[in-house]
Amino acid sequence: MSTICELHKQLTSKERSAVEITQAYLSSLQTLEPKLHSFISLTEDKALHQAQQIDAKIAAGEEIGLLAGIPIALKDNLCTQGIRTTCGSKVLGNFIPPYESTVTQRLADVGAVFVGKTNLDEFAMGSSTENSAYHVTANPWNLETVPGGSSGGSAAAVAAEQCVVALGSDTGGSIRQPASFCGVVGLKPTYGLVSRYGLVAYASSLDQIGPLSYSVKDAAILLQAIAGHDPHDSTSLKVKIPDYLKSLRPSLNRRNQRRIGVIQETFGSGLDPVVEAAVKQAIEQLQELGAEIRVISCPQFRYGLPTYYIIAPSEASSNLARYDGVKYGLRSDDADLMSMYVKTRAEGFGAEVKRRIMIGSYALSAGYYDAYYLKAQKVRTLIKEDFEKAFSQVDVLVCPTSPTTAFRVGEKVNDPLSMYLSDLMTIPVNLAGLPAMSIPCGFDEGGLPIGLQLIGNALREDLLFEVAYAYEQATSWHERKPSL
Amino acid sequence: MIDLDQVRKVAHLARLELTPDEETQFTTQLGSILEYFEQLSELDTENVEPTTRAIDMSNVTRPDELEIFSGRENILDCAPEREDDYFKVPKIL
Repeated sequence: MSTICELHKQLTSKERSAVEITQAYLSSLQTLEPKLHSFISLTEDKALHQAQQIDAKIAAGEEIGLLAGIPIALKDNLCTQGIRTTCGSKVLGNFIPPYESTVTQRLADVGAVFVGKTNLDEFAMGSSTENSAYHVTANPWNLETVPGGSSGGSAAAVAAEQCVVALGSDTGGSIRQPASFCGVVGLKPTYGLVSRYGLVAYASSLDQIGPLSYSVKDAAILLQAIAGHDPHDSTSLKVKIPDYLKSLRPSLNRRNQRRIGVIQETFGSGLDPVVEAAVKQAIEQLQELGAEIRVISCPQFRYGLPTYYIIAPSEASSNLARYDGVKYGLRSDDADLMSMYVKTRAEGFGAEVKRRIMIGSYALSAGYYDAYYLKAQKVRTLIKEDFEKAFSQVDVLVCPTSPTTAFRVGEKVNDPLSMYLSDLMTIPVNLAGLPAMSIPCGFDEGGLPIGLQLIGNALREDLLFEVAYAYEQATSWHERKPSL
Repeated sequence: MIDLDQVRKVAHLARLELTPDEETQFTTQLGSILEYFEQLSELDTENVEPTTRAIDMSNVTRPDELEIFSGRENILDCAPEREDDYFKVPKIL
């Protein structure tokens, strides 16, 4: 596993060129692709062109940034100008965006190399990447199991070294849960820290873009490059972005002892005992690193899941109204306008997307609004208040990222509720808009990775990096590689 | 809780044409999902304000100035059917 800094050193010392590095990654990407199917589209020509530009800069003696010449994979719900962006859906199967998303523009500006667009659950709705209209992605640790979702392609690609780092998006756990299943680092930033301009909308009050990487430091470098205000996104926050690399110290801050809260409600029934043991061991390790451990109660935590499955589909049913066969995407030809709408949407959307549009349309329809949508928004307030209370007592909260390790392909496809349960511990964080990270903290008896979730107060990504980095330096989980 | 007729009504609102199989399947599945939502009624929310956005921000404005989008042709090219500078749709009236 090469990190961004190792590759950067190779580039600046002229040990390897950007083209050589890119070719090496493209070649291993293609070798592994028939086994993993992490990608929907490969962009080799663009990657090599971007790499050549970096080599020209190095040859001209220009200084290059840390991400220059680094092979990156992008979740296929990020608009890339001139490059097909499908969102894992048939309805966008031929969509070539006429504009570039802010995050990919920022990465291109610092010289990152785009190797391809990764697989996802259609419109980022799912927890296993099985809802993609294109193919199922395999978990690199066990090809019979799912990589998690919805950013399963990005997580698998990072775990299998098909790229160095990747971008994903997280509405209810879609970065952290696949990071946990694939044994990599995944960060969902504070809502509004990263611009959503050019991210295909699923649930706009919850969606957030973030990094997936092999190391905590790489996640910090990637977040640094994409965070910051963007006039194209009215929910983007106007805040000063700290230097995240300064938070990376070999040990926890001792002068100002870090208080870490364990969310007691996450250790109830339904939690796999192997996951529980690994997370408890990680908490002991954090204590040894100098943290003060406190048990924290978030009584409304468990209401996060039903709240989310009202709010997110409601927003989705409205956001996805735009796929009507008029301006872009699929059109099913028909004699009149109404039948064109209903047939385009029937043909273009998969089962889970239809299911969520149905839930959302029902929850917002006349007579049900107060009982479902308004109620859910009120419970959202209670969940936020739980977190506010918690953060008056501690600096960072910890819990498992997901109640289990990766499940088998096909195991949950016919039981939507049981699939939804794998996001039980990540969802409340999105409802409160907080930053959270999943880092590897062990393996189960079958060799599948286990993730530890760290949750911070709004805009305290720096504390997440501090705790995650200290833990990573003290453990060796991240050094294990899947055998492929 | 939710019956076949309601499923058909909601599908129409959402502009989705469902097959008879999908209608039956969604009636069962939405029924159990709605039942799952019932647990929220355990919470007294009478005096709780709703949260519409996680991080409070309001009234973000900008000067209303025209910006020319350079990829006008690319936008039109995305259309399933285009005629000159128009998106073409089936007959409405």
